[in-house]
Amino acid sequence: MAYSDKVVDHFNNPRNMGSFKKGEEGVGTGMVGAPECGDVMKLQIKVQNDTIVDAKFKTFGCGSAIASSSLATEWLKGKTIEEAQKIKNTDIVQELNLPPVKIHCSVLAEDAIKAALADYQKKADGALTEAE
Amino acid sequence: MKLPIFLDNHSTTPMDPRVLETMLPYFVEKFGNAASRNHAFGWAAEEAVESARKQIAKLIKADPKEIVFTSGATESDNLAIKGVLEMYKEKGDHIITSSTEHRAVLDTVKSLEGKGKATATYLPVDKFGMVSPDAVRNAITAKTILISVMLANNEIGTINPVKEIGKIAKEKGILFHCDATQGVGKIPVDVQEMGIDLMSFSAHKIYGPKGVGALYVRKKNPRVRIASQMDGGGHERGMRSGTLPVPLIVGFGKACELCEQEMAKDSARLITMRDRLEASIMKDLEESYLNGHPTNRLPGNLNISFAYVEGESLLMGMKDIALSSGSACTSATLEPSYVLRALGVGTDLAHSSIRFGLGRFNTDAEIDYTIKKVIEIVTKLREMSPLYEMAKEGVDLKSVQWAAH
Repeated sequence: MAYSDKVVDHFNNPRNMGSFKKGEEGVGTGMVGAPECGDVMKLQIKVQNDTIVDAKFKTFGCGSAIASSSLATEWLKGKTIEEAQKIKNTDIVQELNLPPVKIHCSVLAEDAIKAALADYQKKADGALTEAE
Repeated sequence: MKLPIFLDNHSTTPMDPRVLETMLPYFVEKFGNAASRNHAFGWAAEEAVESARKQIAKLIKADPKEIVFTSGATESDNLAIKGVLEMYKEKGDHIITSSTEHRAVLDTVKSLEGKGKATATYLPVDKFGMVSPDAVRNAITAKTILISVMLANNEIGTINPVKEIGKIAKEKGILFHCDATQGVGKIPVDVQEMGIDLMSFSAHKIYGPKGVGALYVRKKNPRVRIASQMDGGGHERGMRSGTLPVPLIVGFGKACELCEQEMAKDSARLITMRDRLEASIMKDLEESYLNGHPTNRLPGNLNISFAYVEGESLLMGMKDIALSSGSACTSATLEPSYVLRALGVGTDLAHSSIRFGLGRFNTDAEIDYTIKKVIEIVTKLREMSPLYEMAKEGVDLKSVQWAAH
């Protein structure tokens, strides 16, 4: 299968690859996929004042899965929580020019974004309840 | 050293220049139809075909009259299985085969089953990918008319105990078909000693041209008969009609002759290179697992699963080396290799497998480059893998509740 230049670029030069330190504040983590299915994505966001100031990923999967998550971290940085909710898998498909057989990679990336946001929200709500 | 490097010699092989040389006169000068019995053009073509038939028969210790030319091993598999089922349908309709056969065998059997023309038993294999002769014996019923077990597997290179299976087939009076596509020319094959009644193989896996193959059909003890699957001029003793592709057959013959003459030397060289590749990779990369039989496998085969990294991304990271993977992402079906699954390899590790297929024209420098690249990319992708990170933190990945999708 031929890959688009953008997929190759993200694969060779992944953006924001890595993990935040354990227990770092304002971090939401989303982990989606399964090893049996051949792809697992871990996406993390760091939020300050409702804005995503940093994002990181680690992905087990094909080149398109790696590129989708790398792109997602790029897009997340600087967005508010509300803006981040609006990222759609179809945007990723379009940007990376993914073929039909790789659309599931973009779906997984959207799921990872949603999971990271939900995790952050849960932690933030928890912190709020404690403060009260 | 020239890039890209071809390390996918199970899929096909580059043609040996010596093979091409023998083929060239048969395109423009000696272009006759081997079936033209009454002029010099036809005689020259027929002579070339018969000489190739001898070269091919010699490699597998058969009689030249037992060689039926086809378009390739897929057609040979179809012809053997469908031909036997149709010819001997009065005797029964049961086929015994194995779960790791090539799709050309499995899908042929399944298609016959689907049409109600056959019943089948798919034998499991052991953890090395080997079919047990006892399992073959136990699967035999009064209705069994054919056993079809491959010589060597295309993914993991494991060599089956074909001789023992042949003995059982003979003892029970059941025909034995062997798909020997990966084995012929690489390891010694003797259809007499192995008790094979029908055998499929092709030219392009042994440095010959694409588009030609053969089916060995035993002529005596017993005389095997098959119903033709292609109607027409009655070529190949009525078993396969169609004008013979003379240049391809000439090349096939030469390729077989070269294999026969150079097998010992080639295979010793391949084993040395392959073992070095294996040892160097395994030494530097923890949690790399060999798939297939540790010793009883094809000289040029090496199949390894690299835990925590996915096969297609490995291939993408080594795009100047032509390799293949059992990962679902490299197949049209999105299912990981059924061969690895049949060995009991977990789905996760099946996704992480790479097949190295070494051949006659690979060099030590290419192996050095490959070793370096593999270690580099596996290390890089493990750094990127959340699974590797979790495993390093001591998380048991099997205990994690994954959200399967």
